[in-house]
Amino acid sequence: MKAGKKGPLAPWLFLGPYLVLTGIFFIYPFLNSIWLSFHQTNGPRSSVYVGLSNFAFVLGDPAFFTAVKNTTIYTIVSVTVQLPLSLGLAMLLNSGKGRVRNVFRLILFSPHLVGQIFVGILFAVIFTPRYGLFNIGLQELIAWGLEERWLANPSLVMPALIVVSMWMYVGFNMIYFLAALQNVDQGLLDAARVDGASSWQTFWHVTLPQIKPVAIFVVVMSTIGSYQLFELPYALLGGNGPNNSGLTIVGYLYSTAFETGDLGTGAAIGWLLALIIFVISTIQIKIARVE
Amino acid sequence: MNTIHIFLLILAGIYFALRWGLPRGEQKATVYLRYLLLSMAAALILSPFVWLVCAVFKDKDVLMQYTFLPPLSQWSLDTINLDNFVALFSGEDTVEGKVYFWEYVINSLFLASASTTISLFFASMGGYALAKYQFNGRKAIMAFMVGSMMFPGMLFLAPVYKMIFSFGWMDTYLALLVPGACSVFGMFLFRQALMGVPDSLIEAARIDGANELYIYLRIVMPLVRPMTGAFCLITFLGNWNSFIGPQVFIQTQSKLPLPVVLNQYIGVYTQQYGVFLAGTLIAIIPPAVLFFSLQKEFVAGLTSGAVKG
Repeated sequence: MKAGKKGPLAPWLFLGPYLVLTGIFFIYPFLNSIWLSFHQTNGPRSSVYVGLSNFAFVLGDPAFFTAVKNTTIYTIVSVTVQLPLSLGLAMLLNSGKGRVRNVFRLILFSPHLVGQIFVGILFAVIFTPRYGLFNIGLQELIAWGLEERWLANPSLVMPALIVVSMWMYVGFNMIYFLAALQNVDQGLLDAARVDGASSWQTFWHVTLPQIKPVAIFVVVMSTIGSYQLFELPYALLGGNGPNNSGLTIVGYLYSTAFETGDLGTGAAIGWLLALIIFVISTIQIKIARVE
Repeated sequence: MNTIHIFLLILAGIYFALRWGLPRGEQKATVYLRYLLLSMAAALILSPFVWLVCAVFKDKDVLMQYTFLPPLSQWSLDTINLDNFVALFSGEDTVEGKVYFWEYVINSLFLASASTTISLFFASMGGYALAKYQFNGRKAIMAFMVGSMMFPGMLFLAPVYKMIFSFGWMDTYLALLVPGACSVFGMFLFRQALMGVPDSLIEAARIDGANELYIYLRIVMPLVRPMTGAFCLITFLGNWNSFIGPQVFIQTQSKLPLPVVLNQYIGVYTQQYGVFLAGTLIAIIPPAVLFFSLQKEFVAGLTSGAVKG
């Protein structure tokens, strides 16, 4: 039952700011970005119709494929390594007592408070060869890595980026899994235990089906977020990295639109990015439904 | 740092966990193992912060010599001092004259608080309309909102840049405050919270002759304080850390917020890491303070949509 019968005007007034802002800063730019992607621009003022040649240029540019490859690798690792790790941490925390759980949750979540730019700046120094915290720590743990130039060696740039993102997001995604685990029916878990199910069987057949909606949500959100990665590598590498080894799709868009000043091609890249994200998240949701 | 420090940290973690956290009816070995793993994870997560705090107080000559702090026998004003902060706050010469670091801090504080205040009102008003009124088009608006969240923000940057340019908003804070003033995510958050407010309360206020604005502002909103706190924190954090907007729209050095400035500093202080690390530490403090005071609400706000929907 809804309370509102009073006047048809009030809700529209409350929605007014949203409707106005969305018209000006969503619908208009949305249509304009379609228009823009078919035009060549030189700064914000002059433009010429060029048909599909912006798209043709981007699809023929090796840098775009480097960007797609890097971003895809980053996304795959985020989803297949980082999310299971987040789930593992959430399960470790879930059976702890309240106070301990809160303290650990706070600690593990804390990197997410720091913006990507600040994290990038911090880790730019932490990856210093021979003296950086990461290099020294790695040397002590596995006796390798002290002299590695993580941010200057093209083959180490993506691993470095993945390490930083792991540090930043593992606790963030854990929060979602933890919230889901706390809603799992305790009675079912007890029943499974009484029936003699192993803890692996219990996890696979009882826990996992119950946290599935949240898991799908986290996978899709994490994919969408990963494909929009930009600020972290931009600050960490001071740009796109040696030989574009840290170039992401949004980084490519940013350089094209705002460093070269080609807004039309920038809009075309934006549409390609939207298409990639749409296709991949649709496939993920389809797969999740079928299972 | 050496392995002993890590080991001590882990031991402390286990002690702490066992002291307060031992659940009944579980095997001790499992519990030990669990807290060992959690403490290791916590040590890995915390070490960059510990390293940062140590780094900013070290003199630039010994910054890289000691991983964390120098041994106590080496402590003197030549190794531990506030030089980094002095250098940071002494101002830098730019084409526009001297600009001081605290100006950037003020810019960031202003931008983050102003955008949080504006979007708090706009998002909660929208959420209230969607939660508590029946009207034609409500479903359509919500479907449109869901659809609009699917498009990456970067798609809009090029056309919005053109608009900002033609509005004459370049190099003004209007370019940063207006386009994102009503967040769709925030509207959903408030809709979710406001659905829990009983309709009878609103009806009673109407019978007493209260107008709609009064009901929203004085009767309904005070009931969702926790969600308001969470929303403010999430919005403040997002704006405090935002980079692309100010990087693209603001040119005057003295108008820049912290993320853009600190990103510049990597290139400026190439031999004095301590200076921009000190700046980074200062940039982390306000969100951390806010977060620790609103921790519970924050987690609740973050997960409310995911777990129930």
